[in-house]
Amino acid sequence: MSPQLLIFFLLAALSVIGALSLILQKHPIHSALSLIVVMVALAGLYLLMGAEFVAAVQIIVYGGAIMVLFVFVIMLLNAGEEEHTDFSKIAKYGGLPLALALTGLLATAMVRHGGAVANAANSDSLASTTSISMLLFSTFVYPFELTSFLILVAIMGALVLAQREKS
Amino acid sequence: MNAVISFLTQAGGFWVLTAIKIGLLLFIVLTVNAYLTWFERKVVALMQSRVGPHRVGPHGLLQPAADGLKFLFKEDAMPAGVDKFVYLLAPFLALTLSLASLAVIPFGPNPLPIKFFGHQIDLWITNPQIGLLVLFSITALGVYGVALAGWASNSKYPLLGGLRSSAQMVSYELSMTMSVVGVLLIANSFSLTEIIGLQDSSKYGFLAWNIFGIRSFTQIAGFLCFFISAIAETNRVPFDLPEAESELVAGFHTEYSSFKFAMFFIAEYTSMITVSALCSILFFGGWNSPFPSGSAWQFSHYLPSLILLPFGLWVIYDGIKYETIFGRVVLPGIGTAIAAIGAALIVFPSINEYVQAPFWLLLKIFGFLFFYVWARGTLPRFRYDQLMNIGWKLLLPVSIANVIITAGVVLLRSKP
Repeated sequence: MSPQLLIFFLLAALSVIGALSLILQKHPIHSALSLIVVMVALAGLYLLMGAEFVAAVQIIVYGGAIMVLFVFVIMLLNAGEEEHTDFSKIAKYGGLPLALALTGLLATAMVRHGGAVANAANSDSLASTTSISMLLFSTFVYPFELTSFLILVAIMGALVLAQREKS
Repeated sequence: MNAVISFLTQAGGFWVLTAIKIGLLLFIVLTVNAYLTWFERKVVALMQSRVGPHRVGPHGLLQPAADGLKFLFKEDAMPAGVDKFVYLLAPFLALTLSLASLAVIPFGPNPLPIKFFGHQIDLWITNPQIGLLVLFSITALGVYGVALAGWASNSKYPLLGGLRSSAQMVSYELSMTMSVVGVLLIANSFSLTEIIGLQDSSKYGFLAWNIFGIRSFTQIAGFLCFFISAIAETNRVPFDLPEAESELVAGFHTEYSSFKFAMFFIAEYTSMITVSALCSILFFGGWNSPFPSGSAWQFSHYLPSLILLPFGLWVIYDGIKYETIFGRVVLPGIGTAIAAIGAALIVFPSINEYVQAPFWLLLKIFGFLFFYVWARGTLPRFRYDQLMNIGWKLLLPVSIANVIITAGVVLLRSKP
């Protein structure tokens, strides 16, 4: 087993365990911490593919900024332990089979097109910061600008909501 | 035996060498951390017309060792009702992250003249293409150590400290990252060694540094924003609201005792060193000397000796008339060692040439560390609303303006 494969399985196991723990933990802070583990493990996987920039941004944006806000809000609200209830009927009869079906679909797709999945990991276009910014500011410049506009709208919406409560 | 040597000459040697380098760097940095506390106390004491530590060892030089032993032997109390896992995780997180950030800092351009079983010995642990981004991602995660410590302690004051710190660090991270963009635009790279290489001072001297920026555009606004945000990011005076003694007892680490408290302490001082190194690398030319190269400026190569030799002689002179016998033995010994290094650099020009780059970088780092202490000795703490106003209404707009202006200048200059 090559070292890369070993590291891949370690990180993959870490992210799956983190995701499971995110759902199963009772306390919101513990769930948030598990989510941070998932984010950092994903960044490690990106690094393994040679996408350095994406890995760093994954940690800065998701692991850092967004999750800090989550933790901050949980701390501020002083949220206590959750009560776990039984499955609702919709989840039991509708959700579980659908989840199984989706997993099966994804698994068969991956097994059938194993070659394409393996090649996706080797694409060099995501490797360097220069090539990413080239793509972002030439080919995908309109989607990129539109996305930033969308985020601006979200910020404005948050501001409006906050102001309305004050007055 | 042969198997070991062949292992070391191949890929295994790289891992062994890196492990040795990490161990050495940790040892040096932790020692420097310990003496940084001594230096801080002495300088603040001088500013306030006091003596500072002087009981343990000559001039209090063994005070850090005494403090370290005290941390080890104090009772390690855990308050009731804490979230055990998170409570124990927080100091580990703070310490590991701050120590990990040292891995990407380069200390000199040239590899050592000797080789380790055929492997080149560079003066850095790793030199990734995205060095600066790695540092920023580590700082981004650094918030958790403080925030989680405050939350897990199950106590009012630490919770307030943790809340304050997460709000403060999130706010100042923005302006810190934005203020560096100017440098990145000029250097066109995230790699720290490339950023230093572009500030090469052989022609214009210190004017080539990014803060003066004779080749592109002065980054003085970027530097001021970066340094102020970095002080806030490391929770130091005048931005030490998360641990404001007069309001919050000790803030987020109130409930931590013994070595767990020491871990927060070491983390704080290590991030001071990292920030100082980053300031020197990004804005003050890194290891570039402030003098241009050329025969007229050859004398500047003797500056390391010129500093070390008189300082060593002064330590000898001061040690001879010290009160205690222990001091009269130890201080002249230290002085002789320092003076001998200074003299050796004059005698062996090849070593002197090699030492130039690390010497300038370390001198700049030391200068910034002194600035940290200086600020602590002189500035009062900000109020919380002032802190937020400075971050959002002053530093962020200034650093964004800096990005726009620098981008314009770089664009104009890049046209053929």
